[in-house]
Amino acid sequence: MDKITKELTIPKLFYSQAKKYGKERVSMREKEFGIWRPFTWHDYLENVKHIALGLVSLGLEEGDKVAMIGDNRPEGLWTEMGALCARGVGVWLFQDSLMNEVKYIIDHSDTKFIVGEGQEEVDKAISIIDECPKLKKIIWDDPKGMRNYDQDYLISLKEVMRLGRELEKEKPDLFAELIGKGHGDEVALLFYTSGTTALPKGVLLSHYNMLTMGKNLMSIDPCKDTDDYVSYLPFAWIGEQMMSISCGLQIGYTLNFPESSETSRENIREIGPHVMFAPPRMYEQMTRTVQVKYLDAGWIKRKSYEIASSIGYHVADLKFAKKAIPFYWRILEWFAYILVQKKLKDHLGLTRVRNAYTGGAAMGPDHFRFFHSLGVNLKQIYGQTEVAGISVVHRNGDIKFDTVGHPIPETEVKITEEGEIITRSPSVFLGYYKNPEATAKTLQGGWLYSGDRGFIDEDNHLVVFDRTKDVMILKDGKPFAPQYLETRLKFSPYIKDSWVIGDQKDCITAVICIDYSVIGKWADTKKLTYTSYPELAQKPEVYDLIEEQIRKANKDLPELVKVIKFVNLYKELDADDDELTRTRKLRREFVGKKYEDIVNALYSDAEVVHIDTTITYEDGRKTHIKTDLKIRKVKS
Amino acid sequence: MSFGRVCALDGISVKIKKGEIHSVIGPNGAGKTVMMNCISGLYHPQNGSIHYRGERINHLKPHERATRGIARTFQKVEVFGGMTVLDNIRLGRHIHYKSGILSGSVYMGKTAREEIEHRKFIEEEIIDLLEIEHIRHKPVGMLPYGLQKRVELGRAIALEPELLILDEPLAGLNLEEVEDMARFILDINQEKRWEITCLLVEHDMGVVMDLSDNVYVLNFGNMIVDGPPEEIQKNPEVIKAYLGEEDLYASRK
Repeated sequence: MDKITKELTIPKLFYSQAKKYGKERVSMREKEFGIWRPFTWHDYLENVKHIALGLVSLGLEEGDKVAMIGDNRPEGLWTEMGALCARGVGVWLFQDSLMNEVKYIIDHSDTKFIVGEGQEEVDKAISIIDECPKLKKIIWDDPKGMRNYDQDYLISLKEVMRLGRELEKEKPDLFAELIGKGHGDEVALLFYTSGTTALPKGVLLSHYNMLTMGKNLMSIDPCKDTDDYVSYLPFAWIGEQMMSISCGLQIGYTLNFPESSETSRENIREIGPHVMFAPPRMYEQMTRTVQVKYLDAGWIKRKSYEIASSIGYHVADLKFAKKAIPFYWRILEWFAYILVQKKLKDHLGLTRVRNAYTGGAAMGPDHFRFFHSLGVNLKQIYGQTEVAGISVVHRNGDIKFDTVGHPIPETEVKITEEGEIITRSPSVFLGYYKNPEATAKTLQGGWLYSGDRGFIDEDNHLVVFDRTKDVMILKDGKPFAPQYLETRLKFSPYIKDSWVIGDQKDCITAVICIDYSVIGKWADTKKLTYTSYPELAQKPEVYDLIEEQIRKANKDLPELVKVIKFVNLYKELDADDDELTRTRKLRREFVGKKYEDIVNALYSDAEVVHIDTTITYEDGRKTHIKTDLKIRKVKS
Repeated sequence: MSFGRVCALDGISVKIKKGEIHSVIGPNGAGKTVMMNCISGLYHPQNGSIHYRGERINHLKPHERATRGIARTFQKVEVFGGMTVLDNIRLGRHIHYKSGILSGSVYMGKTAREEIEHRKFIEEEIIDLLEIEHIRHKPVGMLPYGLQKRVELGRAIALEPELLILDEPLAGLNLEEVEDMARFILDINQEKRWEITCLLVEHDMGVVMDLSDNVYVLNFGNMIVDGPPEEIQKNPEVIKAYLGEEDLYASRK
């Protein structure tokens, strides 16, 4: 790979890659109607060209924002690339964003065009168009359900492409000219961070930011242009942009798009990607799948799994400790691989994975060890939207599961006196959109202030403690990261989410969200009857089960950081209720306020806490909930 | 139509217009399902006549009616639990196959091409429409009830019928599934590709009033009234017989 110059832009790179690979190589695949359909680089270029020119003929000017919302599909990426080629700026929204979130982002970003996948997205856009005066056109792609829409500001992506083809006939060189005009320091993407505390902030990322990001990551863990990557996580998440655009474009690997979001797991298995990047919840989900299947399996299968995994764990632990692996363990490992792990990896779609990355939130050591015991090279990364992806990553053979590794090339990481992690690299963003105060606070002298606390350990690995504001102070005055306990609790297949409380308190307590499907199945085998989540969560038997799980997580922990009381919540934590961010990080301050009664009850002598609240559903209906939540002490 | 001395349907006159959605409502035991069974050919009424596109079809067996373009779904799903979703839908496609048992068992040339064509139809038109990509290879018996109902609808429209009888398609579904199903019914009724005439039996008044062009109200085997939804909602007799029982048939709105 060549050096990334300031002249280079994403469209320029895209153009030269598409010319290089042409009709010979597949740039992306989408499973549609049950069949994987390939698109060559030539197809990719043609589609992008027509969308770009179509947008130009609709009146897109330099620096105009084009917002996109929808599932991962080739059309989504084409539009993004088209907008960039037409010298616009791309803005991605999470597919499940609520109306007010969409409105805030569209309005704040001054979006001129919004490209939605289908009827659902169009409906969202139509309902806000009057409040967003800058929004000119709503572009849609999937015709399903669109037969009765006839507003002037609606236009189909097909029509946009037709306009583009017409413009091309008129001015055949326009596309190349537009691309040639670009400069690396221009804004490419406007990304909204899912703030855990405040309104989302718009992160301005330049072409240079994105491209240096991809180059520096790929220089550590090189990929090949024959590799496959599955794009199924939201494009509104910087990690997906990093893999699909920053790295994908430079390496030229094939992007694969699942048939629908429900089929992504199956589709991953069909593709068997070489590289993966996902937030911890995806890996947690995989672990859970295996654990649940294990619980369901017969005696022989369970025994072989137990033996294979104990071999796997032993070998993984040797590797973590950087000790030599004796030859007889190697033979045992091989047996475990042939008999169990090979098939297990195949079912999870991990057969060909060379590098799997996790980042965006903390991942528990238990999950981490689990994947290494299977022989999956899972690495922790540390990054944020403001550095266009990541800044720190584990290196091969140098993995410690409580750290996030070393900075990538061209990146410096330091710890301030207050313990805050700060970063300097060519990928550090330009600033927040229309928010100079926040920019001044975050960017100081070329350093990016992350707001995370951490330290550098004896092996020069970066350890991320937690968000500064999330760090708890225990009774003895020591700082403690609640995330650590939460991820530990989540290793239990029965616990979906947990929220650990204990800042400035005498002891640590937890609010647990049970995993409805797993515990539901468990309840079926125990012949427990239940009709709903709240009812199941409050069953004494379920409390016993959860208590047992907490006791396991408490094991080997110092007395002060053990969870001593817990309560099962009557609902799951949900991003739609603002309890989690769109990337599923707990919004601690918000839930602390929302469930104040529960917190107070946990720190009193009460044995039940009475809940009397109203839930608002997605469609605006409200339900009144009256229930009693039991508080249980964990017996040691 | 009567069973022994129980007169289940009496003096019913219904006219279903092409391209519209007609609904039949009424309290439990009013004879709605009996009426559907008469039309689909499961029951043969003792008196009266049923005409379909000008042809009297009283004597026809259900499969003969199916070849004429009448398909149905059932109140309690009647799917083949041990078969996959795809196989269930394929079954609905059967009347369109030209190859017989012999050529089918060899599966070459024209037969294979025909199979692929039908498969293409199922994938592009039905699975895509009903959004059941993720379950196409799953046995139907393992699926939740809401999805089974969707598969049953898929099997019915695989026939490419002109008239589709939907017997309580929304019963037992949760709110989200009701919304999906209502959307599918509208799609197959209005989308140029399908334009299927629908005859709907349903208790969910919100959906019935939203979707229907015309509503028939049955009570004790008699037709009380018929007309467009707005009129039905105001009709005092209907309110007394049916809509008044708010607690029993509350709309899920």
